[in-house]
Parts: sequence; C-alpha cells; structure tokens
Amino acid sequence: MGAGHAHRLYRHGHSPVHRLPPHCKLAAVLCFVVVVVSTPREAMWAFALYAVLLGAVAGVARIPAGFLLKRMLIEVPFVAFAVLMPFVAQGERVEVMGVSLSVSGLWGAWNVLAKGTLGVAASVILASTTELRELLLGLQRLKLPPLLVQIASFMIRYGDVITDEMRRMRIARESRGFDSRGIRQWGVLGKSAGALFIRSYERGERVHLAMMSRGYAGSMPVIDEVTASRAQWARALALPLSALAVCLLGWTL
Amino acid sequence: MHVPDGFIDIPVSAATGVIAAGAVAVSLRGTRRELDERTAPLAGLVAAFIFAAQMLNFPVAAGTSGHLLGGALAAILVGPYTGVLCVSVVLLIQSVLFADGGLTALGVNITNMGVVTVVVAYLIFRGLVKLLPGKRGSVTAAAFAAALLSVPAAAVTFTGMYMVGGTTDVAAGTVFTAMVGVHTLIGIGEATITALTVGAVIAVRPDLVYGARGLTVPLQLRVGGRLVDAAPAPAPAPAAAPPRSSRKVWLTGLGVSLVLAGFVSFYASSDPDGLEKVATDKGIDKEAEDHWLGDWPLADYGVEDITGARLSGGLAGVIGVGVTVAAGSGVFWAVRRRRNSAQSADSAGSGESWKAAGGAESRAEKTV
Amino acid sequence: MDAVTASLDVSGLAYAYPDGHQALFGVDLVIGRGERVALLGPNGAGKTTLVLHLNGILTAGSGSVTVAGLPVAREHLAEIRRRVGIVFQDPDDQLFMPSVREDVAFGPAASGLRGPELEARVEKALGQVGMAEYVDRPPHHLSFGQRRRVAVATVLAMEPEILVLDEPSSNLDPASRRELAEILRSLDVTVLMVTHDLPYALEMCPRALVLSEGVIVADGPTAELLCDEGLMRAHRLELPFGFDPRSVDTRS
Repeated sequence: MGAGHAHRLYRHGHSPVHRLPPHCKLAAVLCFVVVVVSTPREAMWAFALYAVLLGAVAGVARIPAGFLLKRMLIEVPFVAFAVLMPFVAQGERVEVMGVSLSVSGLWGAWNVLAKGTLGVAASVILASTTELRELLLGLQRLKLPPLLVQIASFMIRYGDVITDEMRRMRIARESRGFDSRGIRQWGVLGKSAGALFIRSYERGERVHLAMMSRGYAGSMPVIDEVTASRAQWARALALPLSALAVCLLGWTL
Repeated sequence: MHVPDGFIDIPVSAATGVIAAGAVAVSLRGTRRELDERTAPLAGLVAAFIFAAQMLNFPVAAGTSGHLLGGALAAILVGPYTGVLCVSVVLLIQSVLFADGGLTALGVNITNMGVVTVVVAYLIFRGLVKLLPGKRGSVTAAAFAAALLSVPAAAVTFTGMYMVGGTTDVAAGTVFTAMVGVHTLIGIGEATITALTVGAVIAVRPDLVYGARGLTVPLQLRVGGRLVDAAPAPAPAPAAAPPRSSRKVWLTGLGVSLVLAGFVSFYASSDPDGLEKVATDKGIDKEAEDHWLGDWPLADYGVEDITGARLSGGLAGVIGVGVTVAAGSGVFWAVRRRRNSAQSADSAGSGESWKAAGGAESRAEKTV
Repeated sequence: MDAVTASLDVSGLAYAYPDGHQALFGVDLVIGRGERVALLGPNGAGKTTLVLHLNGILTAGSGSVTVAGLPVAREHLAEIRRRVGIVFQDPDDQLFMPSVREDVAFGPAASGLRGPELEARVEKALGQVGMAEYVDRPPHHLSFGQRRRVAVATVLAMEPEILVLDEPSSNLDPASRRELAEILRSLDVTVLMVTHDLPYALEMCPRALVLSEGVIVADGPTAELLCDEGLMRAHRLELPFGFDPRSVDTRS
C-alpha cells in the first residue's frame, strides 16, 4: 500500500516551483484558471501571453516541453468535440476551402480550445511539481472539509490497490484465453469488477484497522507543519496576478 | 462527460458551483448517518473505483466515447449523501491532478455527474426496492434500473446547462439528441457494471451495501457446550435514514424531476439533426483517444475495444428521456403514497457525531 | 488478579458479523499486569475477531471488555486505543506512511504529541526494537523481519498498557524470529500473543489460552496445555514434527 509513493504524474525535482507550499500552488492555479476563463475570447493575443506565462513557470520548474505536451494529451477528446463545433453551430456561415463553417462555431471552438488547453497545462504543471500527499495537505489547509480530504486520501491509497488487483486479475483472465473484445464480454468484465471491488476493499480494510488502532480518527495527524511565508505566497501568486493584468488589458483594449 | 474550462460561461459555472457547494454541504451533514469509522474507507474505495471506472472509455455510437459515471454505484453502496461526496472528490482530484474537467467547470461537473446521477439513481433504487420483494435479487435489479436511468438524466441536465450557458451557439436539438442518445447507450454499460458489482458485493459482504442494510441475527452464547440466546444488544444503526432526511431527499428528487421534465417538454420538440452524421462522415478518429489512455496505469484493463452498436441517436434519445421521466416520476409517486400510509416512528437515528464533518456544519445550516 | 489491576478483562463477549456469521460465543479471560500470555487456536476460532474487540474496532454484541479498569466504549475509544497496542499480522498493513519516522510518529501524533517530545518518543520506540538507524528509510524497502520490528515500534511509541501481537512469528526466518523474541522479552509491558506457532508460544509465554469455536476452552501454563494431547487434538492444534514440549526448559 503505497501512500507515500510518488504518483505517476509527479516529476521529481528541486526547483523553486517544487519547493512552494502546496496550498499556495493550488490557490495560484485556481486563480489563474479563473482569470483565463473570464478573458474575452476575442483577445487572442491575451491567450498567447498566458501561454508564455505558463511556459515561464514550466521553465522555472524545469519540466521538459515533451513531458508537458505528452501529459496534455488528456485533452484530446475535447479537441474532437471542439472541432465539431464549426460544422454544427448555427448562425452566419463562411466558406473555408469549400466547406461551410459557422462563424460562431469557429469562435466557440477557439474559445474552448484556448481556455481548455491553458487550464489543462496549468493543472499538469501543478501535478508534476507537487506530490500527492502534499496536495492533500494543501487541500486541507485551504479549508476543504476534512471528510472530503479523508475520502480523497483513501481514494488515492485505494487507487494503488485497485491497479494492483486489476493487473493480477487481468493476467489470470488472459491466461485462460479471455479476450476483451465485443459487447458479449461485458458480463465477464462486470463480474470481475465486483470481485475486484471486494478484493480491494478487504485489503484496504486491514490497513484502515491498523490506522484506527493507532488513534486515527478521520484526519491525518500533523507530523511536519507546512506553513507558507509571505514571500512564498508572493511568488506563487505572481502567476495569477500577471495573468490578471493581461486579462484586464484584454477587456479594455 | 467532463466539461473543460471555457465550455460553459461564467454565470452558469458560478451558479452550478453554488448548487454543487450546497449539495456537498448538505451531504457532509447527511453523511454522518451513513458512515461510521469502519465504513469510512468504503467511501474512499467507492471513489477510487469510480475513478478507475471513468478511465474505461468505451466508444459508443458516432465515434463519441463514453465512460461510467458511477453515481448510481456510489449511492447504492455507501448511501446517497456519501455518494455525492465520493463523486465530487473524484471530480475534484481528476480536475486538479489529471486536468480532466476544468477547475472552473467543477460546479458543472459535480452537479451533472455527482448530484444528478446520485439523486436520480437513489430515488429509483429506493422506490424499486420498496416495490419489489425483499430479496437480494431485487436489490441487484433495482441497481440495474437506477444506473440505467441515471446516465441519460445527467445528459439531459448537461443539455440544459449548455442551452443556458453554452459558449457556442449549437442548436438545442442537436446537443440534446447527441448527448442523450449516446448516454442512453452508456447507461446500458453503466447499468451492467453497477448491477454486477452490487450483486457480487451483496453475495460476499452484504454488510458493505448501504442499500441492503437491515440483516441481523440474534446472538448466541456457548454455555457448557450448548448454544443459548444472548441478551439482546442495543439496536444497531437504523436501516433507513431518519424521516426528516429522507423527506429532504424526496423533495430534492421532486425538484430535479420537475426540472428534467421541464427541459424535456421544452426541447424534445426541436428537430433533431445530424451531429452524429457529421461525426461519422468527418471521421472523428477513435485512435486519437488511445494515446492518453495508454499512459495511464489503469489503461490495461482493456475495454477500449468494445465496438458499440449504432443506434439512431434521435430515437434513443427520445425513448431514453421518456422512460427516465416516466419511471422516475412513477416510482416517486408510488413510494410517496406508500410512505404516507406507512408513516411510522422510524428511530430518530444515531446520535453519534461524525467529528470530521464538524467544520461544514454551520455552512450546511445556511444552505438548507 | 482482580479486575481493577488486570491489564485486560473480557467477560461474556459474543459477536456476530453484520452478514449474520457469528464468531464469538461468550469469551471470558483475565490477564494481569506484566503477564505474557499466548492465545492459541485453530484457523477460524475467532482469534482475530477477539483481537479487534480489545481496542474497540468491533464493539461487543453482548458482554464487555475492560482495559486496565477502563471499559471499551465509544466515549473513551481514543484512550483505549492508546492503551492497547495491536501489531497486525502483515506489517504491510501496518506501515502506511512514506518513512519509518513518520510511521512511528503516526500514533503519538494522532494523540496530540508534537515537536521534540514526538521526536523523543519515536527515537525511544525505534531504539527498543533496534531499528534506530533506519529512521529515514521508506518502510517498504526494509526486509520482512525489519518491517515487523518497525511495526512493533509503531505500537510501542504509543506507550501501551498491553501489547497484542497477531501471529508475530509468521514469515520470519529463524534469526529474525529469535531477535523478535529477545525484543519482546526485554519490554516491560503486558503481552498477549495470538499464534499458531506453538514452540514460539512455549518459548515466550508462561501462560496460554486456547480459543476454539468462539469460546475459551483451556487456560493454564503453556507447557501443561501443550502436553495435553487430548486437548490439542480436540482443537486442531498440532506440534511441529519432532517437537517435544517436555524437553524444553522454559524457565530461562
């Protein structure tokens, strides 16, 4: 049970971004995304500036561009949706290379793509510079109700267990010639889902018992205090503040 | 169904944010009745399970991919309040950590995939369990129906949000048809997985299924080699939630049903046209989605290659919503009637306080 | 041994799991302060269920459990869990923090200890099990025997009244087994050891209890119980091949 293992999105490092307290980073990312989303979509240059800002943060965090871009592929399903918009949206239409496209659809696609991509990039940078445990502590310090933090930490701990059990069950299934193609196999997969659930639960239950036996009562005891200095807050908030400046320019220009 | 940043405009995002926060606050309060310290990790497991299940994207009609929503599973396994919390946590972590679903769209996502699915599924589930004979098979069947209908319900809500606050001007009928059609199909997958999981858990550990609580056998003592009945212990936690809270659930359900019904009558008439056709014609390539899945540790639980049947989206949509609304309101009224006739002194519930939820207490007071 | 000074007093304990399966049918036992007692019994006798009642993880369906005079009840669960230290069978279940130090600190920190006091507690507990130099290692990089010792330290750090060990010798090689025995003997706490390992019970515990089908069926000096062939056979307890309890001097 690896509560302490780094998650797969985390990239170990010692950059200034890695060292910032997690709740500062969380707050910064949240503010940044809010600012980005409230920017008018017509101010295309503003989005370019946001991208530059994020690029700078990634640079300071020493995250290679390839790593960042690969992680951002999670966005692909939405790109597909956005690409559809110009075809199906209503209103005024333009001809582009013989295809009739909706103007508002094009704007909509641009809007979703630009804002979505920036949001994804910001989250990816956060995830690659912050360990899971830190992130949970950060959420706790940002006054997320303790019960939610507790469920989240159990969830992450169980994530490992489930992945593990899944792999073992898949190996067992495949070594008996099961092939997961076609709708008829849903039953088998569903049944393994049930078994998976029980197996994971019973493994996790034992850890939980051990935790309760040592006085665990719903929230992780604080062993090392995480505090943020004013300077750290200032550094973390530099990103959303510069974004805000860009956003305000976007509205006035 | 995760909505990214910038997809829904700021006012609607903010409004759904308030709805989601309210629902979470109410749930934090209600959860104290559903969870004790032994079942707390179950909530985490359900969350992890939903998380994993949402990684299994299966292609459905028109090249769109769908995934399980998990609200029904959560509601049945850990109870509706905890269910809302589980799904909310999943969505929060997905958005913070995996950039799946925008941070500013968190309210939209929680309302759709957390609140609507859980409430609709739980209402249907409770209603069916009360109507069907009290056997384990009934619980599984009710789980199937609940999961089946919860998914199109979420799709309908999404369409509603999109109509009010979508940043792109796409015809209502188009979005409606595509979303509901696709999600009716997803509902079948969801129902299968949910029913089989609930069935499997009930068979082995019935004590873990919230929706099937209430089995107790009198204790016995072994005295001189013989078994004698022990003095009855103080009654364990009541099987059903206390009356006040369940009324709240029913009222919420009524509200949601009305909203859903409103959207349906308003938009069902608009002419459904061809998002699906466009999607297939322009070849939204399925391969694209496999790349990011390939990196994910859970990706090897292979369901990616299930090829979905192609159903006419329009027809499926209309049928799906019709059935949802009819079944939802029918079950609701049937149960209401039975409740009224059998209104009894449900034990007023556990006095044990869930300490962790204390902080949210005051906020919950305000929103209720 | 009256109930006031006893470390542990269990009477009439019965319990059924929520699925209806009843595991305990009226357990009675008293363990005095400073005693080392072995709890023997075949698989499925209800040993683990009994252990989970000792610190209130399961609550008695009927009957009572008292730890050093304090009844196990919801209102003093925190104190009960500080007093009863359970070392679970699989150290991987017990060690869930990223470093040995954090794992050992978990219990005392949960009861409110902070700063230098916490550090001293961790250092002392690790010293008692001879693992002080591994303080910053991740637990999953240690050997199995070392992990079990750290698991014992996590519990010792809470300064318990009674130490409950579930199958302490399972999966240990002979050297680790001997080291653990030495550590346990050096501790000044009441010990209840749940085990199938009869020679280990004989070596460690002057007194033994036999739990079978949910009740205590025998209570006496370990050597005597192990020599009672009828009792042993009736409750599926078997000595390892070639082991003769009569030939072992346990007074050392």
